[in-house]
Amino acid sequence: MAVMRYREALNQALREEMQRDERVFLMGEDIGVFNGAFKVTAGLLEEFGEKRVRDTPISENTIVGMGVGAAMAGLRPVVELMTINFSLLAMDQIVNHMATIHYMFGGQARVPMVVRMPQGAGHQLGPTHSHCLEALYLHVPGMLLAVPSTAADAKGLLKAAIRDDNPVVFIEHEYLYGQRGDVPEDDDHLIDFGQAAVRREGEDVTIVGISRMAVTAEKAADILAKEHEIEAEVIDPRTLRPLDLDTILESVRKTNRAVIVEEGWPHGGVGANLAALIQEQAFDHLDAPIARVTGADLPMPYSKPLEQIAYPHEPQVVEAVLATFRDL
Amino acid sequence: MADVTQQETGADLPDGDAAREWLETMMLIRRFEERAGEMYAKAKVGGFLHLAIGEEATIVGAVRAMRDDDYLISTYRSHGHALARGSDPKRVMAELFGRDDGVSHGRGGSMHMFDLDNRFMGGYGIVGGNLPLAAGMALSSDYQGKDEVTVCVFGDGAANQGTFGETLNLAALWRLPVVFMVTNNQFGMGTALERHSAQTDLHRRGDGFGVPGMRCDGMDVVETHEVMREAIRRARDDRCPILVEAITYRFRGHSMADPEEYRSKEQVAEWRKRDPIPNFAERIGLDEGEVERLDQEAVKRVDEAVAFADKAKFPPPESLYDHIYVLGDQVRGWYSVDERSAGVHRGEHERQLAEAERGPTDHYHQAVEAAGREDVGEEKPADEAQAEDDDAESA
Repeated sequence: MAVMRYREALNQALREEMQRDERVFLMGEDIGVFNGAFKVTAGLLEEFGEKRVRDTPISENTIVGMGVGAAMAGLRPVVELMTINFSLLAMDQIVNHMATIHYMFGGQARVPMVVRMPQGAGHQLGPTHSHCLEALYLHVPGMLLAVPSTAADAKGLLKAAIRDDNPVVFIEHEYLYGQRGDVPEDDDHLIDFGQAAVRREGEDVTIVGISRMAVTAEKAADILAKEHEIEAEVIDPRTLRPLDLDTILESVRKTNRAVIVEEGWPHGGVGANLAALIQEQAFDHLDAPIARVTGADLPMPYSKPLEQIAYPHEPQVVEAVLATFRDL
Repeated sequence: MADVTQQETGADLPDGDAAREWLETMMLIRRFEERAGEMYAKAKVGGFLHLAIGEEATIVGAVRAMRDDDYLISTYRSHGHALARGSDPKRVMAELFGRDDGVSHGRGGSMHMFDLDNRFMGGYGIVGGNLPLAAGMALSSDYQGKDEVTVCVFGDGAANQGTFGETLNLAALWRLPVVFMVTNNQFGMGTALERHSAQTDLHRRGDGFGVPGMRCDGMDVVETHEVMREAIRRARDDRCPILVEAITYRFRGHSMADPEEYRSKEQVAEWRKRDPIPNFAERIGLDEGEVERLDQEAVKRVDEAVAFADKAKFPPPESLYDHIYVLGDQVRGWYSVDERSAGVHRGEHERQLAEAERGPTDHYHQAVEAAGREDVGEEKPADEAQAEDDDAESA
């Protein structure tokens, strides 16, 4: 184990997988000479050269499309998009091609590639750089979707994503880049997609936190224990496709209450989907309506006080959990 | 004008056997497309159907200028590209019929043909969507130190997509061996070239990106072949993209649902005089009887394709979820739901276990490799082909 930042864990994953497999290469805006907008790719150009660490023009749709073509023809591209908002320019290639080609051509073509992108509010970047859009990608069949919240998961999931034969949308979080955690140094530290992590065990309520909100949920659980004598079980699904629904259902059957915390918008969100799945399969076990804590239903404002109240923090989670008890 | 090759008329004719094969292939495409249209009218074929009647010379001229290990990628008007590249007409027709024996196992339809063995890397339904993919394939060749070239076919309408500028820039910047072939058939759907493009000399639209342009008469298979051969040679040897504009015309509507109110009957009639098939037959000196015989042969192959497609089975309902994901030992868990259940779909789990038992497989990339190794000009033994024909007749 070594303590490192989330961004360093990602960097290590990229380095190890590039050392392991010649077919793995990186493409993205300012990932080379500039070392990456968030420094995830720092030092890789120096180590691997321009053939494998490729600075691109600002052409998101074409960068992703070229990744798809290169993957179809035998390589394993890792494409970095500078923020998730910019990935919207590549939505055509991501949805119409990356996710679709394996199915559309009857299984003949494979697209083993990863598209990495960071999301999240908190840096006052306003309405075009701050959103959490995992729900958009969750909507699309044909690709895998990872939302790691710890340094260890960031490394293990990225390594697994690169080795996987499916296309993967890999959503990082800008706030998490600087967070430290214990990371296994084993070259084969892989985390399987579709395996949730139980961050904290508890008997009273299940809190599911998505992306950075897994961290917020854990902090909220500490407050609930200290101040309200409520023991929350905190689950981080880690990947949304495939989703480890079994672990979530098992927890809900034990606690009989579920609260879902996400930073994205409420309508058509990850929580909306998850609430539907839980009530379909564990309705008889619920003692209260499933609660959701989400980002505010608006474009992210710039001004600090407004931004801070536009996405969830621990008090909102605590309040939502308490409400599931008041409903009794 | 920067680096534009104006091809002189009178490029050398191919030798007798090659000339005959080009003509046969153009005739096959023509007859195939006509029958596809008829089958559409009979509701055997669903969705959209875009026919390449009139554009056969652009297809055969380009494809015959390619090596077997080069990549070809095309648009939603791509039956002809699949056929010219060597796909079995039976399986192309079966795809139109939505059958499991179709080249894309009934998942793609008319707009999404694919044939990995022949390195036909697909027809694509999004206008301009295939350009980045082509550059990616060329990048893969370049990255692996292989001298394959990617030929990317798209229409004049696609030249206005953002991907056109983005991809030409990147391909030139990274010196990728890709030939962008714009088949300028004068219309982006129903919008005439001069109504959708400020610069109507489309081969010049690469100038600003540092992509040399060439132009050919797309109604002339010999000239198209000559220009494409030179473009492919330059891409291969000089490691750079080339933009080729083939001037052509589709004799039929954009799709089957096209009343053709945007062009005059006179214009169509004028272009039909330049029909690439009879003009080429005349040029290579075939007498009428010989032309008739070749045409009958094409009709026979298309008849067989229709008979095959009609008898082929539809994909079984339990295969609905096949091929959404590559199931191996890496990925586990719950993938997708339908309206009935949120569980793992029947079949997915079993297949996953089977794969896990067999160990990780990599058929796909083995097939990519194998296709690249095949020698140029290698053909199926005549007796094997004959046996297949006999099977179809007795079926």
